[in-house]
Amino acid sequence: MHTFPYLVVLLCIPLFGAGLVGLVGLRSPQGARLLALAATVVELVFAVALLVAFKTHVGAFQFESTHTWMAPLGISFSLGVDGISLFLVLLTALVVPIVILGTSVGEKATGYLAWLLLLQAASIASFVSLDLMLFFFAFELTLVPSYFLIVKYGHERRAYAATKFFVMTFLGSAFLLVGILVLAFQHENQTGVLTFSLAALQHTTLSSGLEIWLSLAFLVAFGVKAPIFPLHTWSPTTYREAPEGGSMVLSAILAKLGTYGILRFNLTLFPHASKTLAPLVLTLAAIGVLYGAITASGQHDMKRLIAYSSLAQVGFIILGTFSFSPQGLTGAVTMMVNHGIITAAFFMLIGWIAQRRGSFDTAVLKGLQGPVPVLAGVFTLTMLASIGLPGLNGFVGEFLVLIGTFTTHRWWAVVATTGVVVAAMYLLWNYQQVFHGKADAETEKMSDLTTKECLTIAPLLVLIVLLGVYPKFMLDRIEPSVHRELAGITAAAPAAATQTHHVTFTSPVGGAR
Amino acid sequence: MNHLIFLIIAFPLLSGVSLIASSRRVREPLAGWIATGAVGLSFLTTLGVFITLLGSHSGGPSHAVTQHLFDWINVGSLHANVDLAVDPLSITMCLFVTGISTLIHLYSIGYMHGEEDFTKFFIYLNLFVASMLILVLGGNMLLTFTGWEGVGVCSYWLVSYYFQKDSAASAGKKAFIYNRVADVGFLLAMFIIFFNEHTLTYSKMTAHMSSLTLTMAVLALLFAAAGKSAQIPLFNWLPDAMEGPTPVSALIHAATMVTAGVYLLCRMHVVVSASPTGQWVICGIGLATAFVAATIATSQSDIKKGLAFSTVSQIGYMVLAVGTGDYVAAMFLMVAHAFFKALLFLGSGSVIHALDGEQEMGRMGGLRKYLPWTYGTFLFGWLAIVGVPPFAGFWAKGSVLDAVFGKSPWLWAGGLLTALLTAYYMSRLFYLTFTGSARFTEEGPNGEAAVAHPHESPWTMRLPLVILAFCSIFGGLLDLPWVHGYGLEAFLSPVFGSSLVIPADSVTKQFLLAGADALVAVLGLSIAWVLWRGRSERPELTPAFLAKVWYWDNFYDTIIGRPATALATFTAEVVDPLVLDGAVDGTAAAVGGLATRLRKVHNGQVRSYGVGIIFGLLVILVSFLVVVG
Repeated sequence: MHTFPYLVVLLCIPLFGAGLVGLVGLRSPQGARLLALAATVVELVFAVALLVAFKTHVGAFQFESTHTWMAPLGISFSLGVDGISLFLVLLTALVVPIVILGTSVGEKATGYLAWLLLLQAASIASFVSLDLMLFFFAFELTLVPSYFLIVKYGHERRAYAATKFFVMTFLGSAFLLVGILVLAFQHENQTGVLTFSLAALQHTTLSSGLEIWLSLAFLVAFGVKAPIFPLHTWSPTTYREAPEGGSMVLSAILAKLGTYGILRFNLTLFPHASKTLAPLVLTLAAIGVLYGAITASGQHDMKRLIAYSSLAQVGFIILGTFSFSPQGLTGAVTMMVNHGIITAAFFMLIGWIAQRRGSFDTAVLKGLQGPVPVLAGVFTLTMLASIGLPGLNGFVGEFLVLIGTFTTHRWWAVVATTGVVVAAMYLLWNYQQVFHGKADAETEKMSDLTTKECLTIAPLLVLIVLLGVYPKFMLDRIEPSVHRELAGITAAAPAAATQTHHVTFTSPVGGAR
Repeated sequence: MNHLIFLIIAFPLLSGVSLIASSRRVREPLAGWIATGAVGLSFLTTLGVFITLLGSHSGGPSHAVTQHLFDWINVGSLHANVDLAVDPLSITMCLFVTGISTLIHLYSIGYMHGEEDFTKFFIYLNLFVASMLILVLGGNMLLTFTGWEGVGVCSYWLVSYYFQKDSAASAGKKAFIYNRVADVGFLLAMFIIFFNEHTLTYSKMTAHMSSLTLTMAVLALLFAAAGKSAQIPLFNWLPDAMEGPTPVSALIHAATMVTAGVYLLCRMHVVVSASPTGQWVICGIGLATAFVAATIATSQSDIKKGLAFSTVSQIGYMVLAVGTGDYVAAMFLMVAHAFFKALLFLGSGSVIHALDGEQEMGRMGGLRKYLPWTYGTFLFGWLAIVGVPPFAGFWAKGSVLDAVFGKSPWLWAGGLLTALLTAYYMSRLFYLTFTGSARFTEEGPNGEAAVAHPHESPWTMRLPLVILAFCSIFGGLLDLPWVHGYGLEAFLSPVFGSSLVIPADSVTKQFLLAGADALVAVLGLSIAWVLWRGRSERPELTPAFLAKVWYWDNFYDTIIGRPATALATFTAEVVDPLVLDGAVDGTAAAVGGLATRLRKVHNGQVRSYGVGIIFGLLVILVSFLVVVG
């Protein structure tokens, strides 16, 4: 079967782009910028081509390619994409060019651009890896450009923030590495084959105790990244101190590595343990929803507010993931993408406000709607999407998560539903503080969005509306993969013997196991 | 016509969107005329669909038509598509919503004259109408919820239209948040119903649930309705919403949006009727709200606030009617109320307009002479709401009270007492505004500017007043009690069934009940005349307890507002940075003196570590690519 190697191309463009940008940047910073932009736009074109070539209504991995790589160690270069990862790849391809267009870090931007491209390559590699060790490499690789983006181009307390981010996520990763190794050796003991292939490892027989420990190790690593309450404490500081482009990438893409990792690896590799741990994780998720929202209400800094808001949103994603219902999981994947779009728009807008008025602080910002009505309108649309207004993209995932969770874990859904109220509260309160009221003299001088800025954010706004009104084209591609995932869990679950029967005979994908 | 149903929504939606796109070029008055024209076209389309439906009504197998526009959210067994459902109930709503919206758009062209954000006002108004129509025509709960949220957002925008004023900004936010609280009810109702019935589509609901589940579903729906329709315990956002321009108060906060909760309960009648417990709770909430709001309305000094509490009270009657199972009575009062309350609000707007923005009734009086058109039309609105025969309110309120009597004489007594209060407070409002001596010709004690010659409003404002006055006079013809087979009841019978309630059986009883209504109306009107004739202030009749809304806001502020703010501050400033993050930093310190290193990051240890990783990984990756490539 010879198909166009989309995934390899999607990895290579930003990877080599990063190198080229670095080289060109030594001579011409402006040339580096154009090159970076060109690379990310070409990347986006290929990502869209991947979407077009992707077969709808197929749950299995597509565009799979496996090459031997470090064979003695059992590590292979194995790639593939399914409905769960497809839109995360697209999101990554979309956000980075927007970051390059919409944010600036002054004269010495070459490093900034190169790190961004490298980060894009590493993120996409994480989303399409079907080998655990390859995933781990890519997952770790994201840390480095993130660290440098923060520490070199961030705000006042960037050094503290970058270190905190690095140390916490790196410690989490240590658990992941140990978990992966133990799992692979366990598999080698049973089969005599050392491999890190996801497809192979998911058939490893694990004692229930070991499965829970491994599951927890993975959860900690991904939970820090996502972040899940109470492992989130790096995120407000980091999102606050990172340059706006960094905050965009961190919250829109990197956070999704955590939620994606849980969905892909925890659920696939440790189905029993995931079910056993579900009450614990669901509780943490529901706490995250409420705690994030309540803490966001107490913020004076707009960037920190969005950071806590993200904590709440990630809570919904985790809730849907551990609901083990088709609506919940589909909602979780939808929400990863939509939260990425919304939060990227938020951080970019906040950056533009700060560029003009020199502050993120609601004590300084007041009455912006008068002098900058277009910016206010764009902010309003983003805010409404984040609140979960039906017809905009944020609602689709949130609703699916809640209704799916209600069908399987009713009371957690009821608690999380109240989080919907608090979300409206802090965002509207923030909007009133910043945009309503009378503007002072300094604010009156603010200029509204330029045409270039409008065009830069336009793709995000179009998607906010489009994915809210017509989410079908996304849902139709996500759902089959979610069913495949769920069929795997149901087939493995001991308590669900009768359901296994059901899946085998009625689901078109259930029999594959 | 059935494939054109979507046009009912499309006209105002397209107009709104194209006005957004061209808001810099299209200004006063063109924007107003475009918006008005779009809603007018929507009204005409509705009429066309209505006539088609009437044609298929007699003997036709289907009283409901669904237009499938596109698939929306379909996952697993959940199917929620963009389906517009026309049946007698939704088309009744559409008719009065588009009709009154057209009039209020026209009125606004005059009222909003000279406003800086003239175009923006009409954008919001158009989007509101489109959302309201989505709410009404949605064939499943999720689509209704979409419209439900849409009208909430437009209400937020329009209430805080004068966003530079802090009170307007706060009122808009308050309206949104109260509605959002109620949305929890709507969402939970959807979850419960989907869990038990595997559908959110109205036409497929059967209410085959345990009685406890049914009660929970009905209570959730009632909670949702209480937010949108300003019922206890969520009613106190509505008076604040009067910060919006007066046409907004008339359209959104009197005639249309605030009745959406009642519409939802009617739409869900299959579920509501199946739960007797739920119905009693609905009756209780409806009556309590009607009564409480009526007492508050007796003591308001701001004309718009007085009308706002009157709206709350009247919707209480509608909810009460829903609780008795007489959905037709609820719909009848909804339509009649839309006519006379829109009229009263627009009339008050005309007064406010004439007095350069004055809303305090203490600064009005004697306007009969100055504003003949406003006075003449307001008069009929007043008589209608008071319930004097033969105006619309008499028949509509009468049919509600009939149904209530059938349910329980005690409830009926409460309803009648409220009717007495209604007659009293509305008459007080009317006398204070239009009769007596003019109190605005001289400068007020608090420095209010004098208005020498109030001017009657332009024709764009007078015409809607006249049309609405006409409807308030003859609105009762929609459903006269002794005419069967033609009125609203017959029209709506395919939806609700023909006899859900046992009507007050004998003719004598009907006459006695109607007589009691009329008597109470005249009594209240007379008491107000005796007490308020020629007076503008009687503090003993307007106690602070009533004027301050039973201290409801203060109560919420004490038990919810302040603790919540304190909690948010506490988590934001103590729990998260000190306790949780402190634990992280503390652990780090304990493990390996990491905290010391955190302070010395610039020594490059972490950085060199990072560079190490990246080069290692890069070498591995590139070597692979070379090998493979």
